[in-house]
Amino acid sequence: MFNVERWQEIFETLRKNKLRTFLTGLSVASGIFILVILLGFSSGIENGVTTEFQQDATNRVSVRTRRTTKGYKGLNPGRRIQLKDEDFLALSNNYDEYLEYRSASFSIWGGQVAYKNETGNYRVQGVLPDNQFIENADIGRGRFLNNSDIDESKKVAVIGNKVKKDLFKDENPISKYISIFGINYKVIGVYYDPGGEREESQIFLPLTAARNAFNGGDNIRDMVFTVKMSDNFDEAVKRSQNITLAIENDLKEKHIIAPNDVAAIRVNNTLEEAQKIYSLIDTIKAVFWFIGIGTIVAGIVGVGNIMIIIVKERTKEIGIRKALGAVPSSIIAMILQEAIFVTMLSGLFGLIAGLGLLEIVGPQVDSPFIKYPQVDFRTAITTVFILVGAGAFAGFIPAYRAAKIKPIVALRDE
Amino acid sequence: MIQIKDLHKSYHMGSNSLHVLKGINFNVKEGELVSIMGSSGSGKSTLLNILGMLDEADEGSYTLDNVPIKNLNEKIAARYRNEFLGFVFQSFNLINYKSALDNVALPLFYKGITRKERSEKAAHYLEKVGLAEWSHHLPSELSGGQKQRVAIARALASEPKVLLADEPTGALDTKTSYEVMDLIQGINDEGKTILVVTHEDDIAHMTKRIVNLKDGLIIDDSTVEQVRAQQYV
Repeated sequence: MFNVERWQEIFETLRKNKLRTFLTGLSVASGIFILVILLGFSSGIENGVTTEFQQDATNRVSVRTRRTTKGYKGLNPGRRIQLKDEDFLALSNNYDEYLEYRSASFSIWGGQVAYKNETGNYRVQGVLPDNQFIENADIGRGRFLNNSDIDESKKVAVIGNKVKKDLFKDENPISKYISIFGINYKVIGVYYDPGGEREESQIFLPLTAARNAFNGGDNIRDMVFTVKMSDNFDEAVKRSQNITLAIENDLKEKHIIAPNDVAAIRVNNTLEEAQKIYSLIDTIKAVFWFIGIGTIVAGIVGVGNIMIIIVKERTKEIGIRKALGAVPSSIIAMILQEAIFVTMLSGLFGLIAGLGLLEIVGPQVDSPFIKYPQVDFRTAITTVFILVGAGAFAGFIPAYRAAKIKPIVALRDE
Repeated sequence: MIQIKDLHKSYHMGSNSLHVLKGINFNVKEGELVSIMGSSGSGKSTLLNILGMLDEADEGSYTLDNVPIKNLNEKIAARYRNEFLGFVFQSFNLINYKSALDNVALPLFYKGITRKERSEKAAHYLEKVGLAEWSHHLPSELSGGQKQRVAIARALASEPKVLLADEPTGALDTKTSYEVMDLIQGINDEGKTILVVTHEDDIAHMTKRIVNLKDGLIIDDSTVEQVRAQQYV
């Protein structure tokens, strides 16, 4: 393998047979190239969808109310359903063992927010401390709301990174005061959200403080919970569905809503959705792998095919070499070494070209469902080696047969 | 140099069996220039192939330079071919993507000689056949006579005991044939043992001994007055 003389012989042969070398290389390089691109976009779709989902916890159950659409027990339709603290406490207590985080919110859309001369319109919500986990908010600076902020109705605010950038530019916002509809709140934290700018342009206040300021009484706009996960995803989905139903029934009973009134109370659980999306991602991945493996198989067959042609074409040359004193093993070694060298080189070339294209095009892809298309380098390099190994194996059979041919027969070949 | 006793060879094609060599006996001493003659089907090429270890006899013994040639596996046959024999073929059998120099150097590659030494030796033998200035040309750029001279240089390069030429002039015109024979005679004059298979009388008479084959048997084996090819060139 590491015989310089033999390598020189091989390089010379390759140099003198450019078309053959090029064709072998092309089939291998394009196979790997296509595989890399496929895997890249498969991971891109996975990243995109996952990120789209990560803006909030996937195991959440949210409760929202509107007006009733059906009359029930003598009550007119069109009645507005208002959730209260007691609803939240009742649900939290009843399902305590199944719930992980719980938060109630009181929100003000389009809150006028100002810091010094900078102003902006942001969604302002009064929430509970658990909201941090439900929203998947990452604290960049300072802290999130805590229980004492709630208990003492402190006038503090946690702002999204977008809000911080708009109002504070490069200034450190912690302990500065922002005004919301003229009331001053002290900034105690800045958060990031994997959901991006839209999710980062909100301001969170303690639920109690928000209600005090905007005459909320003990009203709640909506409630959000997360369900405790279990190791078994299907089981968690089932539990999530059960709790969703139970909450809906409890609230309908308490607020006297027709059981078939779907508009008045909406309880959504995202875990079910998540399950659908994850199984979709799995399907997409499986399809891409299938196509990828198909490509590799086609590549292997291609290499094997070319090897057979090469051996056929070189039968006479092999006869000459044998007449001049080549032993069979040196014939096999010559053909295989040449094949491995070409497939390896072109495989790596295809790999680099594919990775390069992903590197250049990847960041330009502006679709919420495709993000950072990239390939695990180890997977890619493994496939190159598999292709080379399989190609060499495919080439070994004709090479072996060629080495077995009697020189007298090979010499007669025209 | 070569001793052959009672050599038999048959070819089997399906149910048919073709008895090609039916008991050949002959010896060649060192420095001889022998031609093997016969019409097609007489078994002359088969004999040469067996002598060249490209094919194996069914029966009989073959001794080359006091080495019994029998039960060869491919590896040993390859080594013997490389060490003992130089081949010249009717259709030249040069590797078409290699230059004249590289073709001549190829048997030396299988001898395990370094690249530098290979080139030097190959250049030396190319010069000997008068093609020094053609060393970097591909076979396709050479005439038939030149190709055969490259092939002769290649056969000589590994410094074999015996040179085996199978119809070396078969693909050449008369003038070129005589040039090639002149070269072969020159090499023989230096002491090399050479066997030439031919079916042309004039070529055969340029050797020193003619062995006539018919239907797998030697019918005549006689020394002749050598005609020098030089006078026709």
